[in-house]
Amino acid sequence: MRFVLDAEQREFARSLDALLTATGTPSVVRAWAAGDHGPGRALWSRLADAGVFALAVPETYEGVGPLPVEVAVSFMELGRHAMPGPVVETVAASVLLSVVGGPAAKEWLPRLSSGAATATLRLDGPYALDADAVDAVFTVRGEELWLASGPGAFRVSADPARRLFSPDDGGTLLARGTHVAEGARVAGDWAAFATAAQAVGVGEALLRATVEYVKRRTQFGTAIGSFQAVKHRLADTLTGLEFARPLVYGAAVSLAEGAARAGADVAAAKLAAGGAAYTAARTALQLHGAVGYTEELDLALWLRKARPLRDAWGTPEVCRGRVLAG
Amino acid sequence: MDLSHTDAENAFRAEARSWLRDRVPDRPLPSLETAEGFAAHRNWEAWLHADRWSAVSWPSAYGGRDADIFGWLAFEEEYYAAGAPGRVSQNGISLLAPTLFDHGTAEQRARILPPMASGEVIWAQAWSEPESGSDLASLRSRAVRTDGGWLLSGQKTWSSRAAFADRAFGIFRSDPEAARPHHGLTYLMFDLAAPGVTVRPVGRLDGKPAFAELFLDEVFVPDEDVIGEPGQGWRIAMSATGNERGLTLRSPGRFLAAADRLAALWRTHGDPSDSGLRDRVADAVVGARAYQLFTFAYASRFAAGDTIGAESSLNKVFWSEYDIALHETALDLLGPEAELADGEWAQGYVFALAGPIYAGTNEIQRDIIAERLLGLPKGRR
Repeated sequence: MRFVLDAEQREFARSLDALLTATGTPSVVRAWAAGDHGPGRALWSRLADAGVFALAVPETYEGVGPLPVEVAVSFMELGRHAMPGPVVETVAASVLLSVVGGPAAKEWLPRLSSGAATATLRLDGPYALDADAVDAVFTVRGEELWLASGPGAFRVSADPARRLFSPDDGGTLLARGTHVAEGARVAGDWAAFATAAQAVGVGEALLRATVEYVKRRTQFGTAIGSFQAVKHRLADTLTGLEFARPLVYGAAVSLAEGAARAGADVAAAKLAAGGAAYTAARTALQLHGAVGYTEELDLALWLRKARPLRDAWGTPEVCRGRVLAG
Repeated sequence: MDLSHTDAENAFRAEARSWLRDRVPDRPLPSLETAEGFAAHRNWEAWLHADRWSAVSWPSAYGGRDADIFGWLAFEEEYYAAGAPGRVSQNGISLLAPTLFDHGTAEQRARILPPMASGEVIWAQAWSEPESGSDLASLRSRAVRTDGGWLLSGQKTWSSRAAFADRAFGIFRSDPEAARPHHGLTYLMFDLAAPGVTVRPVGRLDGKPAFAELFLDEVFVPDEDVIGEPGQGWRIAMSATGNERGLTLRSPGRFLAAADRLAALWRTHGDPSDSGLRDRVADAVVGARAYQLFTFAYASRFAAGDTIGAESSLNKVFWSEYDIALHETALDLLGPEAELADGEWAQGYVFALAGPIYAGTNEIQRDIIAERLLGLPKGRR
């Protein structure tokens, strides 16, 4: 047993962190939320060059995957930097297509892997994220996989950088059969898993920003970070995140092994990570005070993301049900 | 990154499982916090020791099996899954022994460890004092130099196991003139039956005389029972509290077994329409897995030679609060039956209530997390 990242995986995280830091994601997120996908697509292609979208694509389709541990590593970084766009959905669509196989896989997977194309998908949930910004909107109904003809109706999310659409049923039928339902099940697990990793990153960013803030902000003549009530709330936030992270890696190991318990492990990770990130957001808002309750502060980009990520691809209710079902 | 076990680890686990299946008593032993139960548990320690299961991570020279940390974790999982008795030797094995491995002499290890492993000598810990709980720097009990040793005077309290144990270990102020309060402390071991020692058992919240006050009046301790250098007691004790807060006090096996029992209780006693309770059961199952995986990550780093520092405070806060939540959920599932004090869950609940208090209160742990892991400024407590 060696349940830690190896040097190469840590270096991968560092290089993504550097890439995203150099880009300065807040302006990318703000542009994306305003419907300008240019900066987001440019960053997407740099991430693709770094290998991020090849991780869930098998080698037979010109990917390097599936490598769930590396997916976890990269999605924690994407969350830490509030990367906008259908990153989770592109990975999940890749998993879906690689199970379904056939012409659709041959056509789309190499392009998704290289970053030449982006995708979103709707499985049993109501929305497809960022359907106006992608090259392919996949929908699954029962045992049918469809390529939607358009993004469908736009719905405003609590996080403006998450643009929600309700694609119409229909379009082009790509595949039909039990393998589609099986692919949708596996893709749902991967979507929940990548979202959990993203949530950990979001929580870390919120905690880090808040720690920096309470060290600077003075009240009653002293930094508020020296008050025990403030410290203890931050300590609990860190504890939540630090115990969610191993669940995410544990789920990665189960997915890599194709273990029977993978679904339950993913649900446990999603439950804990979503909860920890949401707690981090509540803590960040409370300790920033009114300053945090403004749109101007970049913190808002993460604050508004935490709650949707808690509920996307598996609400706490759904996750708890899966955990108890084993 | 992997969670797989070696063939040797699997074989070790299978051997432990088989031994436990044959030997774990059918009925629970009486509480180890009573005279009768203490004797029964001492007997169980001897059984364990006879086949070298009492301290599996120790070198074989002292009665162990040279198990590495993953072997130890596997053993603990099997131990708790088998419903085996609580460990009356725990203070010695998990607190004093690691200290002796790190700071003791070869003579001390040879003299002290084998009878600890066999249960022949049961150890109590004697750190806290009436005005000094988590703040060990404020200790006032004294160790005064005398011919060939030290004379201990003062009062210790909340001393776990001391009501029935044989010997105790603790830190004492040996240099009241030291420049800083946590300098000038010395780590010593002493006999609870020595002249000058008065043991007054203190009834716990569960009514059991589980711990005791110790009154010490010029109790002689020979030099051979000083651990490490005189004056270094703080540093040595801190390395032991790292153990206590971290891995050794609460192994994941305990919580995995408890979460399994809780899930089983939910299936037999749960009302499927009660989603609030169902959610708490699910959270307990997730919490046990989180704790197990956190520990595996911690153990992996440890096995690779990393030292574990303030992270052990994260661990302590997590398990102590988890333990209470788990037991509260079980009591809520049981309904009015939960009040019956002799029930397994009721007893576990009362025991769990102490978790956030001992081994450094959770308030102290959160300060450590905030200051050492998050880099927040020190402030007034």
